[in-house]
Amino acid sequence: MSRIHITTTVNGEAAEFLTDPRETLLDVLRNQLGLTGSKEGCGTGDCGACSVLLDGVLVSSCLVLGVEVQGKTVETIEGMATDGALHPLQRHFIEHAALQCGFCTPGILVAAKALLAQNDNPTETEIRYWLAGNLCRCTGYDKIVRAVQDAAAEMRGAA
Amino acid sequence: MIKVHLWSGLRRLAGGAEAVTVQAATVGQMFDAMIAAHPGLEPVIKAGVSVVIDGEVTAGGRNLAVKPENEIYLIQRVKGG
Amino acid sequence: MPKDELKAGFRLVGTRPNRPDGLDKVTGRARYGADIVAANMLHAAVVRSPYAHARIKKIDASRALALEGVKAVVTRADFPTGLTGEDWNLQENTIAGDTALYDGHAVAAVAATSALVAQDAARLIEVEYEVLPHVTDVDAAMAPDAPVIRAGNADHSVPEGMHPNVVRYIDFGHGDIEAGFAAADLVREGTYKTEATHQGYIEPHACLGQLGADGRGEMWVCTQGHWYIRRMCAAVLGIEAANLRVTPSEIGGGFGGKTTIFMEPLALALSRKAGGRPVKLVMSRAEVLRATGPTASASMDVKIGMKKDGTITAGQVNFRMQGGAFFGMSPIAEALPCAFACYDIPNLMHEGYEVLANRPKAAAYRAPGSPMAAFAVESLLDEMCRELSLDPLQVRLKNAAKEGTKSSYGPTYNRIGLVETLEATMAHPNLSAPLGPNQGRGVAAGFWFNHGGETSVSLQIGEDGTVGVSVGTPDIGGSRASIALMVAETLGIEYEAVRVNVVETGSLGVNEPTHGSRATFASGKAAVEAAESAIKQMCARAAAEWGIDPEAVEWVDGAARPAGENAGKFPPLTIGEIGAKMGGTGGPISGHHESVPGGVGASFGVHVVDVEVDPETGKSTVLRYLVVQDAGRAIHPAYVEGQYQGGAAQGIGWALNEEYIYGADGRLQNPMFLDYRIPVASDLPMIDTVIVEVPNPGHPYGVRGVGETGIAPPLAAVANAVAAASGARLRTLPLSPPKVLAAIKAGQ
Ligand code: FES
Ligand code: FES
Repeated sequence: MSRIHITTTVNGEAAEFLTDPRETLLDVLRNQLGLTGSKEGCGTGDCGACSVLLDGVLVSSCLVLGVEVQGKTVETIEGMATDGALHPLQRHFIEHAALQCGFCTPGILVAAKALLAQNDNPTETEIRYWLAGNLCRCTGYDKIVRAVQDAAAEMRGAA
Repeated sequence: MIKVHLWSGLRRLAGGAEAVTVQAATVGQMFDAMIAAHPGLEPVIKAGVSVVIDGEVTAGGRNLAVKPENEIYLIQRVKGG
Repeated sequence: MPKDELKAGFRLVGTRPNRPDGLDKVTGRARYGADIVAANMLHAAVVRSPYAHARIKKIDASRALALEGVKAVVTRADFPTGLTGEDWNLQENTIAGDTALYDGHAVAAVAATSALVAQDAARLIEVEYEVLPHVTDVDAAMAPDAPVIRAGNADHSVPEGMHPNVVRYIDFGHGDIEAGFAAADLVREGTYKTEATHQGYIEPHACLGQLGADGRGEMWVCTQGHWYIRRMCAAVLGIEAANLRVTPSEIGGGFGGKTTIFMEPLALALSRKAGGRPVKLVMSRAEVLRATGPTASASMDVKIGMKKDGTITAGQVNFRMQGGAFFGMSPIAEALPCAFACYDIPNLMHEGYEVLANRPKAAAYRAPGSPMAAFAVESLLDEMCRELSLDPLQVRLKNAAKEGTKSSYGPTYNRIGLVETLEATMAHPNLSAPLGPNQGRGVAAGFWFNHGGETSVSLQIGEDGTVGVSVGTPDIGGSRASIALMVAETLGIEYEAVRVNVVETGSLGVNEPTHGSRATFASGKAAVEAAESAIKQMCARAAAEWGIDPEAVEWVDGAARPAGENAGKFPPLTIGEIGAKMGGTGGPISGHHESVPGGVGASFGVHVVDVEVDPETGKSTVLRYLVVQDAGRAIHPAYVEGQYQGGAAQGIGWALNEEYIYGADGRLQNPMFLDYRIPVASDLPMIDTVIVEVPNPGHPYGVRGVGETGIAPPLAAVANAVAAASGARLRTLPLSPPKVLAAIKAGQ
């Protein structure tokens, strides 16, 4: 099968790869670019563990083909901490014990960041519905929702 | 002598008694003596049972000490998740 | 030992520091099963049976092998023969022999240079089947006309004349059951059913295996127990355990489902056949649901006798459970003792049957058997409390088991905390929250034994006085943090000065998996013992330096000090000072502890849930949820709460949505998260928790183990709340909207 050459931007850096047209963006990130922070929990768009931002829009990278990111920008969990400083969401997730196994965590952090980018003061219900596409089997979501609320409050205070 | 309480299914293999009394200082000796007295118990004990000593489910290590004053129950091997 | 005799007034135990693996997990750096790669690695794919029951007549891999990039194909013929018992079960489930026993049963596997080529090749492997009659329902599998799944599997316990699919029978009890019912004012009975559910960990099974022609190999794998992986793979492949080195990755959830093998030997067999190249095998979600351990489905009869004042005079259960097509996989032996474990009942009778069915080999799932048993018993209790107009919590308190009670399974309880848990529940404000129309409150109690298990821990003092701890129990929910807290507390040093590592099979004696709620209990207890042993050695080094008797040295606040005036006047020697000099004072200092720890303490929980049922659609919404549970002692309370909340969420899913749905053809119809619907954030409210602490006298810090009990009460608690809200009493789970709606309509 002939492979296609793609150039793109991942976490602010230029990236290029050759991909089989059947490979997903998630495959490419994990297997070709070595960015294994995005996880595959289902491969069918149901769990959100593979969440990334594509040109700023929250997507399930298992539902995007690698060939689709030509010329676009991709943001993954690996790009969330900047200059060694954790994003407030990352810090509050640790402090709130909002992760147990941590497998859902990268996807939830990316999704929560996308929420706060468009709503800096979400209600509990808004958080729960926004994150409804991100499955967590360990926590029952309680501490996740609280961590997002506290991170949002901190970010509002800082702004 | 130590007294070992059996669950109903084991009782059928041990002459119907609710408990058997054997001479033993360890769980291993206890099993051996029980099998000697009631050979029908052998496959069940060999397959693995949980030994409850004074209310505590032990893994039934053969070297575990048993004393006449202990309350000893055999129960079906329990597994965890 | 009374509560106040256990250590109290801790410096670190009971605090909530950040977990040591937190940074790796929020940055995406943590390495899970599928994140491990090796040079020259191949990728594998598995061919699975599309039939629930079928004879395998022929497997032709020639077209697959002809594909560019394909390096090896394995079938059962590549595995040794002659295995028996559980080893045979494991091998047969890893790869089918003559017969595929369930939809999704592996029949062949292929390794190729890329995952895509491996998947293409798997499609080219031609398998010829002769379809056989199948059965997936537990009651149908016991019926006289049910197809025989495997004859000769029953053990000695099964009464004569039963169907060959019935493979185990268990019965126990005490008192006089008939007299007990005769003494009751109200006797009620009911039949309850629960469908199989899956542990639903978000991380699919994944491993990377390498095995050479010399029988030496390595495996990296997501697992709850890598010594189990080693032993099971060695048995299935006929290699020697010590020659297989197994390293656990970070684990993306397990809940009991990752305590055994499913496809790991396939990666090793493929590697061996492909000249020893490493082989990576990652399951898809559909493979996880079709072919890895769901829990059992259950059909359960319960009969209870109660006096007008709520005193329970007698209880009787008859449970039937299927755990797939393999002997010994259902949790029947656990379900039965859990049924009435919460109560002090003079007359009890338990009977249970394990039945084979054409379903995947069940694995443990959080408090195996207890949720089903609690669903049946706690539902019927609730019905009876309503009939007698009694408060359901008062009735539970009246009959609650306590220290000295003869348990339902025989032995006498030590110090347990059910009474304290019930009292804390009754005092909680959720109990007085007003309920609106179509809203109802349900309560239920639950129990789990907890478990000690084989444990080996090693602890090393560093040259700067920091401490490494090697444990063999993979960290699923924060156990590294809890163990570090206990070690730091014991040594009198800072939490940050202790690093706990989960190490590979070559580094420690055999460890059982992280199961049975044992990691914090057993590895924690062993780590404390290892720390005590290191303290002894450090005191001896100090004594030698001071020229006094080691007995005259005591360890206080991270330093050796002379014990009292008579021992002599010497400035304290800190752990850092002792560590810095240890090379010249006798060499490295480490502590080890190996044991099968005793002192396991059972744990009880009580849940209260408020539900609103939409009378138009039958949809249930959880409004409020409360978990009250005895932790013994909460080492890191945030992760104890997390266990309570996670267990409750899984139980709510089991009650309301989750089920294995089989078609008439015996195929699983919902092998994806879209259709196997676990709770999402918008399905749940905040989950309130109360940690009751009745310390376990068998643990140095009073730990009981908290992971499992939390999934036992929710099934019944939710069903009881739905009944209170809608009048619809459902005895079959899940309480899906159409079922609830039909029940409401039928009741009108
Ligand atoms: S892996 Fe993409 S949504 Fe689950
Ligand atoms: S923390 Fe395990 S899935 Fe969310």
